[in-house]
Amino acid sequence: MDANELLAWARGPGFDIALIIFVAGMLLRLLEVISLGKKPDLSAPRGSGVEGGLRTLLARSLPRKAVFDREPLRIINGYVLHLGFFIVLFMYGPHIALFQSILGFGWPALPSGVIDAVGAITILSLVAALVFRLNNKVMRFLSTGGDYVAWAVTLLPVLTGYLAYNHLLLPYTTMLAVHLLSVELLMVVAPFSKLTHMFSFAMARWHQGYKAGQRGVES
Amino acid sequence: MDDLTLSERLRQRGVSRRGFMKFCAATASMMALPPLMIPKIAAALEKARRPSVIWLSFQECTGCTESLTRSHAPTIEGLIFDHISLDYHHTLQAAAGDGAEHAREAAMKENWGKYILVVDGSIPLGEGGNYSAIAGISNLHMLKEVAEGAAAIVSVGTCAAFGGLPMAKPNPTGAVAVSDIIKDKPIVNVPGCPPIPTVITGVLAHFLTFGRLPELDHLHRPKVFFGQSIHDRCYRRPFYERGQFAETFDDEGARKGWCLFKLGCKGPTTYNACATAKWNQGTSWPVEAGHGCIGCSEPRFWDAGGFYQALSVPHTKVGETVLTAGAAGLAIGAAAAVLNRKRKAGAVENRETITVKDLSKES
Repeated sequence: MDANELLAWARGPGFDIALIIFVAGMLLRLLEVISLGKKPDLSAPRGSGVEGGLRTLLARSLPRKAVFDREPLRIINGYVLHLGFFIVLFMYGPHIALFQSILGFGWPALPSGVIDAVGAITILSLVAALVFRLNNKVMRFLSTGGDYVAWAVTLLPVLTGYLAYNHLLLPYTTMLAVHLLSVELLMVVAPFSKLTHMFSFAMARWHQGYKAGQRGVES
Repeated sequence: MDDLTLSERLRQRGVSRRGFMKFCAATASMMALPPLMIPKIAAALEKARRPSVIWLSFQECTGCTESLTRSHAPTIEGLIFDHISLDYHHTLQAAAGDGAEHAREAAMKENWGKYILVVDGSIPLGEGGNYSAIAGISNLHMLKEVAEGAAAIVSVGTCAAFGGLPMAKPNPTGAVAVSDIIKDKPIVNVPGCPPIPTVITGVLAHFLTFGRLPELDHLHRPKVFFGQSIHDRCYRRPFYERGQFAETFDDEGARKGWCLFKLGCKGPTTYNACATAKWNQGTSWPVEAGHGCIGCSEPRFWDAGGFYQALSVPHTKVGETVLTAGAAGLAIGAAAAVLNRKRKAGAVENRETITVKDLSKES
C-alpha cells in the first residue's frame, strides 16, 4: 500500500469505521449513565436547581484557589493544553472544511502560522502534563494504563499534524495519512476511555450543580 | 535518415547561436543545474546525434501525444523533439499497417540496446492481455519485446507511469503500469494527465546531454520536476497561510484569487512542476485559471475521492454514517439501559435485610 492508497483509506473506510465507533460508542456510554436515573428527591428545594446547574457548569472551569495555590503550574498547563487543542482543532482552515462538510456551515480560520505555533505549544504542554503526572507521587499512584493511553492518543494527532504541516520526518502525503489515522485512533478510543469527558463533563457538572442548588449549598 | 547534429539542424532552421544558448540556460535552470553546466549542455547537445525513439501507445487517449505535439512548436523545444529520430509512433508516423510495424522492427534491429522506448498508456493483463492489441500483437507482448532492446524507458503520462484511468476501480481490463511488467530496465516516470511538455523535453535533453537519465525519486519521477508539491510552489499559498479560502467558484474569495483548498485542490499531495513550468508557453496553469489541482500526476488520483472535496474531508457519505451510527448507538444504549435496570431491580429484589439480631455478637 503506497502513501496515496493509505491516504484514500484514511479518508474513506478508515474514517467511516472510526466515526461509527465514536458516535455509537459515545451515545452508548452517555445513555448508560443517564439511564441510571436518580432517586426522587422528596425534600422541599431550598434553592434553584437550574441556577446551581448553570453556575457549576461555568464555575468548574475556573480554578479553585486552594488547589491553584498548591500547584499553579499544573493548573495553568491544563488550560494551555485544552485551549491549545481547541484552537488547533477548530480554527485551522482544513479542519473547518471537515466540520463544514458535516455541519453544513463553517467559520473563519486563523492564519496557519498561528495554528503552527499553538500546535507546538500544545505538544509541549502535553509533554509537561505527563511530566507533572510522573513527578507527583500521588498522581502516579492513582494513574492507570487508561490515563497513559488517553494521553498518547491525544498527543498523536497534534504531533503528526505538526509534523505534516512542517514537512518533517515523513513525506507529506504519508504523514497526512498517519495524521488522519491518529485522529481515527483517538475517535475509536475516546468513548471507552476517560476522554468521554469531552461530553460527559457537562452532564456531570449539571448533575452536581443541580443537586447542590436544590439543597441551597455552594458547589 | 540524415545525420546532422542538433547544432547543424538548428542553424538550418534559422536559430541563432544566441537563441540556442538561451535554450541551454533555460534547460539548466529548469533542471536545477548550476550555470557552469550551460556550456557543457550546449557542447553535448551540439554534438548529439539523433537517438532512435520508439513510442508505443497502449491503453490511452492520445492526450499525452496531443500535449507534446501542441507544445511550443516551433520553439527550440519543438526542434529538440524533431531532433530525435521518432522511428515509430502510430499516431504521428506516415506509414500504416505492415509498413509501420516493419519500421519498428527495423529501428529495433538497427539500434538494439541503444534506443529509447517511450510508452504512453497502461497495459491490460486481463483475458491474457487481449483487451488491447496493435497489428494483432497484444500490448503486453509488444512492450516486452521492445523493452528488451531499449537503453531506457520513459513512461509518459499517468497511465503508463501508474496505471491511470484504465486502472480505476474496478479495473475491468486488469490494467497495470509499465514498471509492473518491466523490472530490468531503467524507467523514468513522467506522470500527468497529460504531462507537461517541457518536462518530457527536459528528460530527453538530460539524456542527450549526459547520456544517462536524471535523478529520480521513489516513484521513479525526475526529482528536478517532481521534487516539490504544487502547494509548496503555489502562488496562492499566502492565502492558505492567512486562512483565506474561496468557498465557491464565484464568491468574493474566488474573485480575489484566494486559496482553493476548500474547493478540493489536491496541491498539497501532488508533486509536479505545473506551478513553476506552467502550461501553454508559460501562460497559465489550472490553479491560476481558478480551478484546484486534481492531482493528475499522482498514483490512484482517480480513486481518491471527489475532485471537489477538500483533502481534509472524508470522501464517503459522512452524514449517513453519523445517522446510522447514532441510531445504532441509541439502540445499543437503550438495550444496555434495560439490562442495567433489570440487574438493579434484581439486586433490590434479592437484597437480604439485615436486622439488629444478625449483627449481635451472640448469633
